[in-house]
Parts: sequence; structure tokens; C-alpha cells
Amino acid sequence: MYDCRSTMETMSTRPKAIVLTAPGINCDLELAEAFELAGASAERVHVNALAADPGLLDSADLIGLPGGFSYGDAIAAGRILAVMLQSTIIDGLRGAVDRGVPMIAPCNGFQIATQAGLLPGPWPDGPARTETALLENDGGRFVDRWVRVEYPASKCIWTQDLTGDDATMVLPIAHGEGRFHAEASVLSRLESEGRVAVRYAADDDPNGSRGHIAGICDDTGLILGLMPHPERYLHWTQHPYWTRRVVCAEDPPGLQMFRRAVQHVLQHSAAPA
Amino acid sequence: MTVHRVEVRPREEAGDPAGRAALATVKESGADASLDRIDTAAVYLIEGDLADHAIDRITRELLGHPVSDVVVVGAGPARAAAVIEVHPQPGVMDPDAQAVEAAIESMVGRDVRVRTAVRYDLHGVDAEAGHRLVSKCLANPLIHDVCIGAVHPESFPTGHTHEMTVREVPLRDLDDASLEKLSRDAHLFLSLDEMQQVREHFRGLGREPREIELETLAQTWSEHCVHKTLKATVDYQGELPGAADIPDVEMRDGGVVRIHNLLKSTVAAATHRLMDEGLDDWCLSVFVDNAGVVGFDDDHAVCFKVETHNHPSALEPYGGAATGIGGCIRDVIGTGLAARPVAATDVFCVAPLDIAEVPSGCLHPRRILSRVVQGVRDYGNRMGIPTLDGTVWFDEGHVGNPLVFCGCVGVMPRDKVHGGPAPGDRIVALGGRTGRDGIHGATFSSAELTDTHADEFSHAVQIGNPITEKKVLDAILAARDHASGCLYTAITDCGAGGFSSAVGEMGETLGAEVHLDRAPLKYTGLTPVEIWISEAQERMVLAVSPANLDAVAAICEAHEVEWCDLGHFGTPDAELILNYDGEEVGRLSMEFMHGGLPDRVREAAWASPVLRAPDIEAEPDLAETLVALLSHPNIASKQDIVRQYDHEVQGRTILKPFVGPGGDGPGDAAVITPVRGSTRGLAIGSGLATGWAADPYLMVLAAIDECVRNLVCVGADPSQIAILDNYCWPGCDDPQRMAELVRASVACLHGGLAYRTPFISGKDSLNNQFTTESGETIRIPPTMLISGFGIVPDVTRCITMDAKSAGSALVLVGGTHCETGGSHLLRVAPDAPGRRDLPRVDLAAGPARASAVAAVLAEGRVLAAHDCSEGGLLVAVAEMAMAGGLGATLDAAAIESGGSLAVGCFAETPSRYVLEVAAGEAQDVCRTLADHNASVIGTLTDRPHLAVGNTVVQMDALASAWRGGLKI
Repeated sequence: MYDCRSTMETMSTRPKAIVLTAPGINCDLELAEAFELAGASAERVHVNALAADPGLLDSADLIGLPGGFSYGDAIAAGRILAVMLQSTIIDGLRGAVDRGVPMIAPCNGFQIATQAGLLPGPWPDGPARTETALLENDGGRFVDRWVRVEYPASKCIWTQDLTGDDATMVLPIAHGEGRFHAEASVLSRLESEGRVAVRYAADDDPNGSRGHIAGICDDTGLILGLMPHPERYLHWTQHPYWTRRVVCAEDPPGLQMFRRAVQHVLQHSAAPA
Repeated sequence: MTVHRVEVRPREEAGDPAGRAALATVKESGADASLDRIDTAAVYLIEGDLADHAIDRITRELLGHPVSDVVVVGAGPARAAAVIEVHPQPGVMDPDAQAVEAAIESMVGRDVRVRTAVRYDLHGVDAEAGHRLVSKCLANPLIHDVCIGAVHPESFPTGHTHEMTVREVPLRDLDDASLEKLSRDAHLFLSLDEMQQVREHFRGLGREPREIELETLAQTWSEHCVHKTLKATVDYQGELPGAADIPDVEMRDGGVVRIHNLLKSTVAAATHRLMDEGLDDWCLSVFVDNAGVVGFDDDHAVCFKVETHNHPSALEPYGGAATGIGGCIRDVIGTGLAARPVAATDVFCVAPLDIAEVPSGCLHPRRILSRVVQGVRDYGNRMGIPTLDGTVWFDEGHVGNPLVFCGCVGVMPRDKVHGGPAPGDRIVALGGRTGRDGIHGATFSSAELTDTHADEFSHAVQIGNPITEKKVLDAILAARDHASGCLYTAITDCGAGGFSSAVGEMGETLGAEVHLDRAPLKYTGLTPVEIWISEAQERMVLAVSPANLDAVAAICEAHEVEWCDLGHFGTPDAELILNYDGEEVGRLSMEFMHGGLPDRVREAAWASPVLRAPDIEAEPDLAETLVALLSHPNIASKQDIVRQYDHEVQGRTILKPFVGPGGDGPGDAAVITPVRGSTRGLAIGSGLATGWAADPYLMVLAAIDECVRNLVCVGADPSQIAILDNYCWPGCDDPQRMAELVRASVACLHGGLAYRTPFISGKDSLNNQFTTESGETIRIPPTMLISGFGIVPDVTRCITMDAKSAGSALVLVGGTHCETGGSHLLRVAPDAPGRRDLPRVDLAAGPARASAVAAVLAEGRVLAAHDCSEGGLLVAVAEMAMAGGLGATLDAAAIESGGSLAVGCFAETPSRYVLEVAAGEAQDVCRTLADHNASVIGTLTDRPHLAVGNTVVQMDALASAWRGGLKI
């Protein structure tokens, strides 16, 4: 049940995931586990090592920007690491996406991605801009709980066709600054372009987000940024009331997201142009 | 250099939850009704030579958010009559400022210094009222400057360099009275006999001690570091259960029982006897390291440490609690050759939140509790360690002395359980810089609080920087798991006593030579003594062979961790030699430091409490009593606290603190999987029975019993449970208090042996009394927290307490005795019937029942299990039904005890469990548990009420009482 690596797969077919670490990042181990369980091999690499040798990113088939409290979330959540990425490896990250590498950025990763010019985009006419914000929760404090979510029809390759019932379509959140905020024009663009990838159930929104938006993707559907933590929902025993046997035959939706991304990589690398 | 001021506030349309939260906090303390709004802004003061375009870039790209913030360079106009700013005092840790400095330096390539502040614009009050309210509710004058108006200084304060002098403290010719005065005035907190010992030692050496030597002894000999009261010889007079079983006990004339080294003869004796009887290959390291270590699986070990941080939390709850959990995490990192922290626990004891007035020098308990929770939250969450507990106990005695217990569990490879420095190894300190903060924390924690302590000991109060500690953890694990093997031979944390304790302990047998001028400092002007005893946070000490030094340095650099080489271990005569700028400033023999403490005999006399029932007993109304109990803050839901903790980071949490489909059932214990990819688990729980403080012997037995039951109820194997003791005592100077301490300790011996649960680590805090301005002494009740963890062989078989299905039978395992002494029932219905005796754990039946229940659970015959403790049986059943969204119908005749239904419902007889069993299996399970008084007491239903005999209570009413009982 736990070791989901199929013995059928060989090392050569395991895409490589690079999971970034940085001072204060603390969800890197479980994010690496998620990639591994989904069939990738995962390597954790410090942003300072990437800054010193940006070429390391060239070997990535998948990229994870984990949660945590990068640089203590000083000023605002994710701000300082976002600024530092912009002056170091942002081109390498964008370049990876340009060559089709899926990227996931849960929680602090999402906060960083929106301020580093990775989401939402695109910005064809000029430099990347910050167009969305993740503000202090409506309740004014950090909260850890599971919430019911929906996966609207979207471009996102991570959440395509995720289905389930009320009991299983849940995700854990744990944040103090997760209230999604953007101007009306940006919101309507995201909605109309199928860029809203995860939404809190209207009656289970933990932070007062505009449009109950929990996660968005970029124009290519490859980058998913979201406040919930799918990497904490890889095993049914992580479900908040799994002892009531709310188990189905499939993998939990958290793991399914990673499987979709790994499948995407395998399909695209199997059919060279 | 110029100081630039930048203000960042949320745009109107982005909302200001921080302002709303500040308003709520101020309103709660009864602020003027005219106050109707508070606006907040973050203030950054940046000192440095920065051109306008650099400032523009910093404000635009770093400090402000283009979508949601308004940024003002300088001071924005007043938005209300009261503009109040809160600035950390110079020298107080400001983690955000450090991070912003680093970010600015990387952006514009210039060195800057940054200070942060918060600006409040208070609407509806004048500046003076605003200043008063902010000082009282939103700042702590011990660590903050609260200013009227926007502050824009011309320059930042700087440290002063000092003339280095080696000060001698003449004491060879002092008489006893002068020795005592010296001890108090210099904040050494050494007793007369200890000061006499020091005097004799230096008379023998033919010289006066130097200040740094005296300070080293004071730190090393502090109660905090050596537990001298618990290690004393005790002459005990009065009844003592099982006195003859205590190792090395002497029965002396006049009925006096002499116990040599109380701790060794009780707590440690239980463990060592259990190890002799076969647990020696499971208990891998007990009582010798920073945390106790037991085996987990073939390749891994797990360790557990619980600390208290009471006195700092009384003065500065946020910083006190944060540095408490930070220190406990460092203990786990500093165990063996380093463990990875995988869980944290927190238990608090405070005064009731509804008390109107507190004595001068105390903070209101509401302020203490909410800030303590925030401190634990901000440190644990940032470190990325799941915090799994949130028990709170309320008692008036805590008004001056709140208790803050912080625990941490770690996992490590089995071959990394032991370490030790080799002669010639470098003494490498890494992590935070050393400052004047935290000076005298160890000796301070060994003193009692008075109303003037806040002024005298403000330097013992600290703010932590969890990101520094996280970077240190990352670097240490990289060094431990280095491809060429572990890069160091020993590790410990800088806790109480700072370098003096860390280096002193590591070099105990080898000696050490230290160059204090090599320690990186936060600011200039520290004396060698201050560097040596500073308790600045987030520092670890490693012993590194010279060959590995470069590799350690490279890892530190990669992780942005500052490090220094302080000297080396091993000196010719195993001495401690302290140097500063090439000059010797102190020299002490390790033998005297660690062996010179005088033995002491303490008197203890026990008078049994007289507990009498009222003349007229009144059977209370069942429904009203149940509602009152569920909303009692000891019992009520702790969601307001626990949901602020990230209890799932690391993705290991299999049973969370709250269970059931609504996420609101109070789980008995949490379960984690310490080793990724394995289904072997670890249950983590605790027991606390302060209600029975009138006899600490019975109190501690009850706490051990409760801890074991909590762990068993989720599926832990009762033969693989290890526990920890945390004594918090009101003082031990009086023979009755000392007798209480002895009784608690003897209960550890008896309870540990009976349950076969070895104690693996412990801690004591023995001076928790507060002297008010008028000279009144307020004491805490004697308190012992028992923390425990137990192996769960397969987490997929875990059980939770939420009721699963209507129609199931409810089975009570263990009989209810007609005794209500110490119970919560008496707190809400003082005239309730029942003997007032405190319940006594049956040391034969209790452990046998734990094993029998565990066996039934392991066979998969139980749908839900819950321990029956605070509030008794009906509270346990109500919690189960609520958590499962069900109702229940109970059979009054099967429950009543001694002719009273209320006693049957609410008595707190220990060693009881409530199980949910499928209807068809109930008789079978009862037969299996026939030796344990198992009986069916009722049925779960899908009706929205709880019925007992003729009493029917709506589940909604119970749920709202339980959810609303503790709001912070």
C-alpha cells in the first residue's frame, strides 16, 4: 500500500523531479515523496546550489517549489525568496516550463510563484508582473484543517478529470496568508481562460478568497500554484477520518495529481518530435 | 548614516485582518467603548547609504505588494487621533529585520541595518489612551518601546566597546552572611552550603575566584542544570506507600524514612529495574543525553524530551513559549549524533480566563494563554515540526506562574544514538550570534518570581528566530548524513547556561580550552563573562575532528549558517581554560565543576489531607451538569488552540489531534509514522491529573494510568510505551512541599514498574510561587505532566474515538467507584454525593486492563475507543457521539454507582475505557474482558440526543457547550 513504485518501471523511465529547498522551506521531504510515489525520482536541491550552477535545472523533468516559511515569511509570505529567485534562477525556471516541464507550488510555493513572476502570466509584452496576492486569512490567524475542494474544468495538467465524492475530494490547508486576491479584470481573465484549477467548496472556504480560489495555473497548464497541500494526501491514512474507511480503490486525489504530471512527462518524452 | 523610514499598509480593498484582530484583543481587555477601529502598518527603518533609486527599488520590489499594499517613504499622515508605534528594544531579537537586511544586501549590494516596527492608528481614543491600550494589550514593555507618533530616528543605537578587565571576586574571607548576600546580589542563586564549598575550594587554591569562574559554577550548579533538590537525600516522616520497595532506603528512628538521591531511587530506579528485567535492548539511552532514546525498528531509534519554560513565559509569554519549544527542539537535535525532530507537544497550565484582576507584576491569563499559543505556533510551524497536542489546565494558583510544557520527538538512525568528543576535536559553535540576551536564564529559572522580577530579569527574556534554527537543523543533518560519514563526534545544544553548560558538559572528562573572542557577536561591548553565559538562542556546539573542519564549513556556508571555531577539547589536567584575546580569563577543574556540589539532606513531613463530604448531599441535575462539564475549560474543545498549529507538516500525521467526520472529536493520542514508507507508527500522548494534587502520590499514578490509556486507545502496544516526568512544584523549602515531591517520585517508581513503562527522560521546575507586592505567596498546585510515546505496530489498524455507527453497543471497561474527590463534578456541583477520597489506581488491575483492551483492539473487534478521564463516563460518551455525529441511549441502572446516577456518570475513577462494539459482538467482547468489569451500558443511535434514564439532552446543546467553553 505504501510503496507505490511499480516494479514494472525501470530507472530509465523515471522522470527526474527537482525539489527546491531554501532557508525556511519545510515541506520538501513530503513533496519529494509525492514525486517518488508517482513514479519519478526526486532530488532536493538548495536554491543557493542552483544559483551557483543554474545548469542543474536542465536535467529536471518536473519541478517542485515546496511550502514552508521561506526566510521566515518576513515582510509578507514568500516575498524575500521570490525577490531572490528573480535575481538568480528565474530564467532557468521559466526556461524549464518553456520546454514543457510541469511545476507545482503548494502553499509557500504558491505565495512565492505569484510574486516571482511565474503565475499567473503570460506577459508577452513586457516583464513579469505581480497581479495576484495571497493575503492574511480573513480570520486573522493561521489555521490547519481539511477543506472540501472542487477541480473546475481547466487547462491544468495536474488536476485534469479529478473526481470523487464529498468525503474524498478534500485537501489539507495550513496557512496564515492564503486569501486569494486580484483585481476584477484579472479574476475574470483567469476564470474565462480555464486557469482556476482548485476551488474551495463555497461553504468551506477557510480564508475568504475571491471566487473561493484555492489554486491557479499558468497559461500552459503546466504550473500549478495552490494553497492546499496535495503532498500531504498521498496515503489514505492521511485522510482526516480514514478510520471510518472512506477509502476507494484508487489513489488519494493528492497522489493522483502527481501521477498526472508524471504521466504527462512520460507521454511527451515518449513521442519525440 | 541616514535612516530611511518606509511604511507599508494594506489597501482599503485588501482589508486589514491584523487591524481587526488587534481591535478584538484590545476590546477584550475592556477598552473604552469609543475605540472603534485600528489600522495597522508595517514600519521598516533602514540605516545605510542608499541612493533614491535604491530606496525606490527596495520599496517597490521588496517591501510593498503592487496589488494589495500602499507604500509610503517617510511617515504617512495620521489616520486617527492616536498614532502609536511598537518598536523592539535595541538588542531584542528581530527575526524579520535580519531577513530584510539580507534581502536588501542581495538586491542592492550594500550593507544596511534594519529595524522593524508596527504602527497602530487607533480611531476613537486620544493618544494617551491609545498609548495605554497598546502598551497593555499589543506590546510588552519588557521588550518593546511603545511610542506616540511616527518614529524616525536620525541614527541607530550602537554597542559600546569596553575595556577588558579580569575581575576577581574576593570571597575567601567572607563570612556566611556576606556569602549569602553575594549570591543574591550577583544573581548566582547558590545556597549557603554551596557558597561555602566554593569558598573552601578557592581557599585550597590559594587565590580568589574570577568572576567568570563563579558564574560558571553558578550555571553548572543551578537547579535547572543539576536537579539538586531531586538528587538530595531526603528524611521523610509520615505514611509512605510501599516505602520498603525503594532502593537503598533506610528506616531510621522515629519512623523516618531516609531516601538517598530521590531521583535515582525512584524515577530512574523504575527504568533500571525494567531494563534488568529485559527492556535493556529497547531503552537505548536514558537520563544521560538531552533526550531519552528507545528503539523504533531495526534501523531507527526515537527520542523524546519535554521541557518547561515557565518563568520566561510569565514575563513575556510569546517569546518565552517560542524559545521554550525552540530549546526543546534543540535538545532533540542535540541527542546522540542528532535526531530529526518529527513532532512537538505542548501543554499549558494557566489561571482561569475569567478572573477580573491579577496581582501587580502579573499578566492577565487571557493574554498569557493567547500569546503562549502564538509563540508555540510561530516557532513550531516555521521549523516545520507538527505540533500534536494542546491540553490546558486551569487553576487560580497559576496566576503568577503559568506552566508551559514543550515537548519534541525525534527519529535517528540506530547507529547515531551515541557520541562523544575525542581529545583534539575542535569546539565548533554554529547558528545564532551571541548577544546579551538570556543572561542568567538558568539561575533565574531556579529562583521564585516576585512582583519586581520583571524589572530585574528582563535580560532573561528572549525572542526566538526559528528560521535560524531551521537552517542549523538542515546543516546538521547534512553533516550527520555526509557521504563520508558523520562529520562530528559529539553534539549538544546551547540551552540554559549557554556555552558554559554546553562546553562544560561535553568536556566533562577531557577538559576544554576556549577562546571567547572568536564567538560572533550580535553587537560589540560584550564582556567575556557575558559571552560565556549568554543564553542567546539557536546555537549548537559540535566536536569536529580537525580533518573534517573544512567539510563542516562548506555545509554551513551552503545553508547560510554562521559558525566559529571556539577552541578544542582535551587539556592536560582535564581543566576548563577560558581565554579572551590571548589572555587567560578563567580556569576551573572539571572535577570540581561536576563533582564539587555539596550533598544535602532535606526534611520532608507528610500530613494526609482531610477530605470530607458535605453533611447534606444533593444529586445534581444530570443534563445541567453534563453541559457545565463539557463547557468547563479543562474539558471543552481546544480547537481554538490546536488549529493554529500545523499538525500535519512533514506528512507523517496518521491520527490528528481532532478526529471524526466533522474534524472535532478530541483524539486520545496522535499517531505519526517516523520513518517514511513504513507503516510502523508512534503514538504520542500525555496524562495530567492535577485535580488530585492533594495527594501527589495518587495524582501521579493517575497521570501515568491516563497516559497509558490514551496511547492504548489509539492502538499502541502497551508493552512498548516509554514515559517522561515533568515536575512543576510550588517550592520545596517547606517539609510538606518536600513530602509531596517524595510522594510524586515514589508514585513514579510504583507506576513505572506496574505499567512496565520506563521513564527515559525528565525535567523539574521547582520554584513556581509568586510573591505579591503585599507579601502574599501564591503557589501553583503540585503538577506532574506524564508524557508518553508508544509503538504502533501497524498504523493501518489504528482506532479513533469517534462513534462509527448507530446500533453499536457501548461497553464500559472497568468499574466506577463511588468516589468523587478531586473530580470536575465537584467543581460544577460541590454538593454532589460520593466519598471525597481521591481515587487510587489499582496497580494490578490497571496495567492488566490496558493489555486486555489493547488485545481486543488489535484483533479488530472495536470500532471506537476512548479513555474515560476528566468529567467521567458521560463526558466520554458525549464526546464520542458528538465526534461521530450520532446520539446515544444509556442504561441508568448499568451506570449508577453507590446508588447515585450522577456519581456513575461523572466520577473520575481511573483505569476505565469506553468501547464501541458492533451489537452482535458486544457479548463476546464483554466475555473476553470479563476479568475487567466490562459491561454494555447503552447503544449508539442516529437520534439527535443523548438519553440516560429519564434525562434527555439534545446533542446540539452539548456540542455548542463543548465548542464554546474555551475561546481564545
